[in-house]
Amino acid sequence: MNDITKTQLENGLTVLLCETHTAPVTSFWIWYRVGSRYEQVGITGIAHWVEHMLFKGTPRWPAREADKAVARQGGISNGMTWYDFTTYFATLPGERIEVELDIEADRMTNALFEPEEVEAERTVIISERQGAENDPLFLLGEETRSAAFRAHPYGHDTIGYLFDLLGMTRDDLYDFYRTYYVPNNAIAVAVGDFEREAMLDLVRKHFGSIPPGTLPGRHRPVEPPQKGERRVVYEGQGNTPYINLLFHAPPATDDDFYPLVVLDSVLTGASGMAPFSGGGTNKSSRLYRALVDTELAVQVSGSLVPTVDPFVYSLTATVRPERGPDEVEERLWEELERVAAAPITEEELVKASKQARAQFAYSSESVTGQAFWLGWSEVFADTDWYIGYLDRLSGVTPADVQRVARQYVRRSNSTVGWYVPQEKAK
Amino acid sequence: MTIPGPQDISRHELENGIVLLVRENHSSPSVVVSGYLAVGSYDEPEEQAGLAAFTADGLTRGTIRRSFDQIYEEVESVGASIGFSASVHYTGFGAKSLAEDLPLVLDILADALRHPTFPPQEMEKLRGEILADIRERSHDTRHMASLAFGELAYPQGHPYRRSLIGYAETVSSITRQDLAAFYERGFGSRGMVMVIVGAVEAGRAVELVEGVLGDWEGSNLDRAPLPPVSRPEKTQADILLGYPGPPRSDPAFLDALVCNTVLGVFGMMGRLGARVREEQGLAYYSFSRISGGKGPGPWEVVAGVHPAYVDKAVESIRGEIRRICQEPVGQEELEDTQNYMVGSMPLQLETNEGVARAILNIEKHDLGLDYMERYSGLIRAVTPERVQAAARQWLDPDAYILAIAGPPTSNPQPPTSSIQPPTWSSE
Repeated sequence: MNDITKTQLENGLTVLLCETHTAPVTSFWIWYRVGSRYEQVGITGIAHWVEHMLFKGTPRWPAREADKAVARQGGISNGMTWYDFTTYFATLPGERIEVELDIEADRMTNALFEPEEVEAERTVIISERQGAENDPLFLLGEETRSAAFRAHPYGHDTIGYLFDLLGMTRDDLYDFYRTYYVPNNAIAVAVGDFEREAMLDLVRKHFGSIPPGTLPGRHRPVEPPQKGERRVVYEGQGNTPYINLLFHAPPATDDDFYPLVVLDSVLTGASGMAPFSGGGTNKSSRLYRALVDTELAVQVSGSLVPTVDPFVYSLTATVRPERGPDEVEERLWEELERVAAAPITEEELVKASKQARAQFAYSSESVTGQAFWLGWSEVFADTDWYIGYLDRLSGVTPADVQRVARQYVRRSNSTVGWYVPQEKAK
Repeated sequence: MTIPGPQDISRHELENGIVLLVRENHSSPSVVVSGYLAVGSYDEPEEQAGLAAFTADGLTRGTIRRSFDQIYEEVESVGASIGFSASVHYTGFGAKSLAEDLPLVLDILADALRHPTFPPQEMEKLRGEILADIRERSHDTRHMASLAFGELAYPQGHPYRRSLIGYAETVSSITRQDLAAFYERGFGSRGMVMVIVGAVEAGRAVELVEGVLGDWEGSNLDRAPLPPVSRPEKTQADILLGYPGPPRSDPAFLDALVCNTVLGVFGMMGRLGARVREEQGLAYYSFSRISGGKGPGPWEVVAGVHPAYVDKAVESIRGEIRRICQEPVGQEELEDTQNYMVGSMPLQLETNEGVARAILNIEKHDLGLDYMERYSGLIRAVTPERVQAAARQWLDPDAYILAIAGPPTSNPQPPTSSIQPPTWSSE
């Protein structure tokens, strides 16, 4: 990757720029340090709803006009809300990028939150939630995560609880927006076909005069340590059982994060690094061999998300209709105990390392992908996290992997969820 | 960056009929292989629905030289991926790796294509996975609506009518001999196309492909023509609203493509997104898509709707279809759409996958190596009259296929992890 320059404007806006001229395209993102982590019961789902409202218009850009402005220039755009952030981006032919800066600077402070639009979005988001509830893995995940986190806001889903979606008011939303959408709580990222100084000038031109805000002095939530196994069962519709195991994990800035990445590769295969896409097949991974090859499960996957506060390492398996979650869980624990009992082999370590190298290379092929990682890593750590990722992974030893397996992937640190379909397997 | 065209896409026809296209990209460390063979579910008998898909999945379950475990150990150890999947007219394949591993992935691809052994134990495991998939999908409303659409839109015996992965009854009764026979009949070099894009010299790529596939011989499947498809009469079932649409080869296809972009793509899901989403609580998404394949694949509107608002949503969708049939698109809206379609080309060509996809499309539909250079002119030549003519030819607000499935539809790509990905604003 080419050099990244990091600047801070006077109003506190962090600006990350990386020039690359292999394609005449530029990707521009604005990241706000606000997501469902900043919510509590009463306002769950508010960050995501605010994101919806930012697409509903400002005085200068009425609803949909911003999307059309980007589209007619040949661009793609979207927004996304998760635990630690809300982000908006557009990727455009390089010489057309300015319209996106205009749009983002404008809606940082001028979104209207008109009452009729708020009401329209209320039912849209409720529909979205109800659509998600059609997916057994959403239901199971919500159940296990809320059991794993007794106190921390990571325990509720970004979409929010229905009672909060029904109860929040326009003023709740607007206050939340005005609190968190300030330049000193934001990161602007541009990767692509531009000259650094010219881009910095454009950023100043559009964002420079926005005044900083006072962020709430946060009482930072800390999840109390889990002291024993937790179990949940979700009896739901459908005909397929699922199983989900969560283990409290270190945050991305912790040294233990990297051995855990290697452990996950060995157990479930390489993780992809394109924005939320898979890493290819995992048929040579330990858990695939133990669960799918043996016809206990149809698929198995692992997830380790880099986060600001400690999150969870998640393992999920789809149980064969004619088998039970108990059988899959038993076999799963055998494998987890095996990886704690003996170090992984040198071949497995080399394989994990090569997989990471390949995935990293794939992720850096598009300016959108690069800009995504620069922005996200700045949210939970800093850009050095992304740039130095492969280096830090290469320092992991089999002994490190065994140590984190013993420390994190154990019963007393686990929350186990079963999704049990009401329609019995034949 | 230049638009890929005849000056930098090299096209080679091997003696055995394989067509190979290569485009070098040395600014990327990776290489993408993408292609197809001319065999698919089209060629399976109706009572063996799912045979083509089963065969495609079975190729990587063991070859003369490598077991299933060995194939995936070799591929995954270098951080590469390979895959085969059947569709109606074709069986597609793909691979991605770092450039240094291209010889390995080509060797494995060729091995799976030429020497699959369909080991009995592996086939039973695979059968179990497919049946579990079929069971799981029977509870996925989007999938069920799609199946219902197929049955309503296409006549008995038409390959578009049936499920690609088959049904519990048909997949249960496919034998190993059936798989081997289908493979023998359909898989060969004739009609095979491969595209390679990435950090490899064209000459070297040709050499490698010649080395592993140059002496493969061809099948020669006899394909009966598609049964005729009639225009829909109004039918009721569950929420895809659509029609059999134009094949890619239709002279008016690009007019229909522009029409589709106006209707359900431009900006946030086009006119459909504006109307169906803006009206309170109707849907959290509604867009349209057009197939443009070898045959008259669907041109359809998709919507995710609360069951209480299905009727209202359908009325809105019909209203937009009526409008695009009755009123010529305004000049400004048309230009916006054309600017979007033309302007977004560099974005689509940014990655090796995007370039490979574009080149494969050109070869599949015989569009000419200079198609990407001509694309801008072709799109800008579309007039409001031509858009309206395309709408009238294939769409009809009063005669359509409507397929809905029960409760609100689930996410387009259900995640395989319980950690939900972030919620995106648009599709």
